[in-house]
Amino acid sequence: MGIIKEIHNLYLKKEITVREVIEKYLKNIENWEPHVHAFLTVNLDYIEREIKRVEGLKFNEDLTLYGIPVAIKDNILTEGLLTTCASKILANFIPPYDAEVIRRLKEKGAIIIGKTNLDEFAMGSSTENSAFGPTKNPWDLERVPGGSSGGSAVAIATGESPLALGSDTGGSIRQPASFTGVIGLKPTYGLVSRYGLVAFASSLDQIGPFARKVEDLAIILQVIAGYDPKDSTSLPYSPPNYLDSLGKSVKGWKIGIPKEMWERGVEDSVLEVLDSALKVLRDLGVELIEISLPTVEYALPTYYLIATSEASSNLARYDGIHYGYRNKNQKDLISLYKVSRGEGFGSEVKRRIILGTYALSAGYYDAYYLKATKVRTLIRQDFESAFRKVDLIISPTSPVLPFRLGERIEDPLKMYLIDILTIPVNLAGIPAISVPAGFKDNLPIGLQFMGPFFSEDKLLQISYAFQKLMDFSEKYPNTVEGL
Amino acid sequence: MYLPVIGLEVHAQLLTKSKMFCSCSTDHENAPPNTLVCPICMGMPGVLPVPNKKAIELLIKTALALNCEISPFSKFDRKNYFYPDLPKGYQISQYDLPLARGGYVEFEVDSEIKRVRLKRIHLEEDTGKLLHVGEGDRLAEAEYSLVDLNRCGIPLMEIVTEPDIHSPKEARLFLQELRKILRYLEVSSGDMEKGSLRCDANVSVMTEKGILGIRTEIKNVNSFYSLEKALEYEIERQINLLKEGKEVIQETRHWDEKKQITVTLRGKEEAEDYRYFPEPDIPPIIISKEILEEIKKTIPPLPLQRKLLLQNTLFLSPIESEIITSEKELCEFFDECLKLYNNPKNLSNWITVELMSYLNDQKLNFRDLNIEPKRFVKIIEMVDKNEITRPVGKEILRKYLDTKEDPEKIVEKEGLKTVSDLDFLKEIVKRVIDGNERAVLDYLKGKKNVINFLVGQVMKETKGRASLDLVKNLLEEELNKR
Repeated sequence: MGIIKEIHNLYLKKEITVREVIEKYLKNIENWEPHVHAFLTVNLDYIEREIKRVEGLKFNEDLTLYGIPVAIKDNILTEGLLTTCASKILANFIPPYDAEVIRRLKEKGAIIIGKTNLDEFAMGSSTENSAFGPTKNPWDLERVPGGSSGGSAVAIATGESPLALGSDTGGSIRQPASFTGVIGLKPTYGLVSRYGLVAFASSLDQIGPFARKVEDLAIILQVIAGYDPKDSTSLPYSPPNYLDSLGKSVKGWKIGIPKEMWERGVEDSVLEVLDSALKVLRDLGVELIEISLPTVEYALPTYYLIATSEASSNLARYDGIHYGYRNKNQKDLISLYKVSRGEGFGSEVKRRIILGTYALSAGYYDAYYLKATKVRTLIRQDFESAFRKVDLIISPTSPVLPFRLGERIEDPLKMYLIDILTIPVNLAGIPAISVPAGFKDNLPIGLQFMGPFFSEDKLLQISYAFQKLMDFSEKYPNTVEGL
Repeated sequence: MYLPVIGLEVHAQLLTKSKMFCSCSTDHENAPPNTLVCPICMGMPGVLPVPNKKAIELLIKTALALNCEISPFSKFDRKNYFYPDLPKGYQISQYDLPLARGGYVEFEVDSEIKRVRLKRIHLEEDTGKLLHVGEGDRLAEAEYSLVDLNRCGIPLMEIVTEPDIHSPKEARLFLQELRKILRYLEVSSGDMEKGSLRCDANVSVMTEKGILGIRTEIKNVNSFYSLEKALEYEIERQINLLKEGKEVIQETRHWDEKKQITVTLRGKEEAEDYRYFPEPDIPPIIISKEILEEIKKTIPPLPLQRKLLLQNTLFLSPIESEIITSEKELCEFFDECLKLYNNPKNLSNWITVELMSYLNDQKLNFRDLNIEPKRFVKIIEMVDKNEITRPVGKEILRKYLDTKEDPEKIVEKEGLKTVSDLDFLKEIVKRVIDGNERAVLDYLKGKKNVINFLVGQVMKETKGRASLDLVKNLLEEELNKR
């Protein structure tokens, strides 16, 4: 049974109140936060208002998230609740409106329990790039939780929240899900409204959910998925009932194993654990077929041109003029821009702004940005032709185990390589999910399923079947004594 | 000789109710600063643009009327630069796939039809406004500057011409004709003084050898008059440089309205690299043939066509035709009147003389009037039938326009019908002659013009209600008796 269902049953039997549920999770937060720092903001006044709001609703089956706490990555706007993007430049920014996903969550009775840590503006793979300090992996407090949605993933792993939202531009949901032993889904580009998601790379960004159990993931996805006229890139598509696909057989499904994503650079320990996962899939009656995605080896450079180019433009609005951090001692406009941005942004953000500005500059555009968009098309076509042969594709979510804090932060290229198996999905715009598939030395390892456009139902179906046989949803980290 | 070569970039705000990418009102004229704004046009984090369909339609309407080719596949791009009136740090515009290309505008220069080709028409969003406080009217000179984002995000259509214009006067006439067209199409208010129509000019001079010169771009041209003056100044400046054997530098220059000169704004080296790239938040725009056909149906005849039609079929003079077609509403008024009154020449005379003099005196535009063709024609007919005299007709027109009272009722109420009682008139004539001995003497000495004075006196006595010719005849008759 999913956690939502469990709580709802208690509500129906009047064995527990909304306030008690929230208080229980706040207690978990209080216990874990000193050790992991998953949250940037837990505002008790805000939560009190939210509890009162939900108490005013009459519980019915349409309120699918009634009285359920959801942790929100701090790059998704929440009206009246600090939203910082883990950046000094937005350290005091209180949004005047709710993101569309927040509006939908609230409409279904959810309670925003807090805002979670991330790499500044979602740029990073370890949550070390937060201006407010890193988040730590609850399975080993010396290690990173992955990123950029590290805070949301950890909140699920520790049980600080039963549900969370993150954003995934190059793996920022799936990779931390893998590193923390939870489920994370990156939906099809255009399935979930980006209205109110602080843009990093607009053509790649997509909001997605985290959960411990597939049922819960399906329920929250149902709430946030679907066309939003406020987002011109959201697609006029009516999602199916995702719960309907759970429990159905996956027997006879063809799953592609792209050799490019299993060979180079994947650590032996990861391969070793995933070997038993493949066995489980075979037990489910799935046919595993070796395939090739020849262009994915160009995904990383392609991604770093497109994502940084878009970012350089998207982050131009943080200029110290209209809102956000401003250095007030400047006498002229140009200095005001330079100093405010220079002081407000962290070094990784500045690195990417500079890279993107360079890639879009006159004389370089054709060689960099334009070429990258062409390669992107090839990668998408590669996936399309693969999906003519197989139903889904699988790979490790991350080529490595969760690494130590500080281990890669000084070497950007080494850090960028972490995302090599998740980035192709964003470039192609397809959905993918990371599901816990095992542990090595008490460190979690995730398996990534990728599917064609709008195959979320299939991804949930196989994840559900997989989780039935390989269930880690009851396994909690025990690195902190007494918890 | 030096031949000026001029190309214009015209920005016209489109007449939509809401802004280009959000639902804020565009009615910014009298709104207090920063009241017509929302997170989207303020460039808040997380917002996304949703294109205004109406703005796209108005641009297409313009483009079709100007004989452009409409791109079936078009897209928006980001133009990146930092300025306080641009809260996103980029302007959503169109770069390499504008909605329309080619086309031309035809207009009259000294009774000749001149054609200026167009390069492209594209859609973009307007920026906010800065209010500079302290010395000077530029940011660099200000103590501090205030930002008003009411205008930010208003849809803007940029029309770029080929360098087909060869004199400041031609440039002005082109822009005046273009404005007239935009108003006929009801796509833009075209008010330069309010900034809803703006123009930058690129100008160079071609030397005798027929080699294109180095061009400069002139900004801050805020009226038709300024456009002509700025170009005259700039062309003379460039010619003088060339005569002195110096070179023109490629740069952007600012028209200083007070000093009536152009000054350097920024050089070629400081020219910005806008780092255009496709706007990832908006999918490409696909224009179907059906939509084009629908929009085509809404295009009225253009002012020049209308003007030539008046000249060639109704035989109105070029000046009369020009006046009547100067405003779409006036032209339509003429058409309506003509349906009721089949004497175009006389109708035109009443419009271009009497109506226009009223508008000039009151400093009004025709579209500010609320005039009924039926009533207007009635006044003319009363004059035609000698029910009232022309001066009285003119008087009644003014009263009608001031009060909107029925002209016939005005005539009745104020007793303004033409006096046709001969005995009554003769008596007045006698009285006037008796009372103006000096004038009568002058007349009899041969100063025949004096009769006009005497006519005037009679008219005064009759409150203009007598027929001029009749009074003149009666006066002459009476004078000749003496």
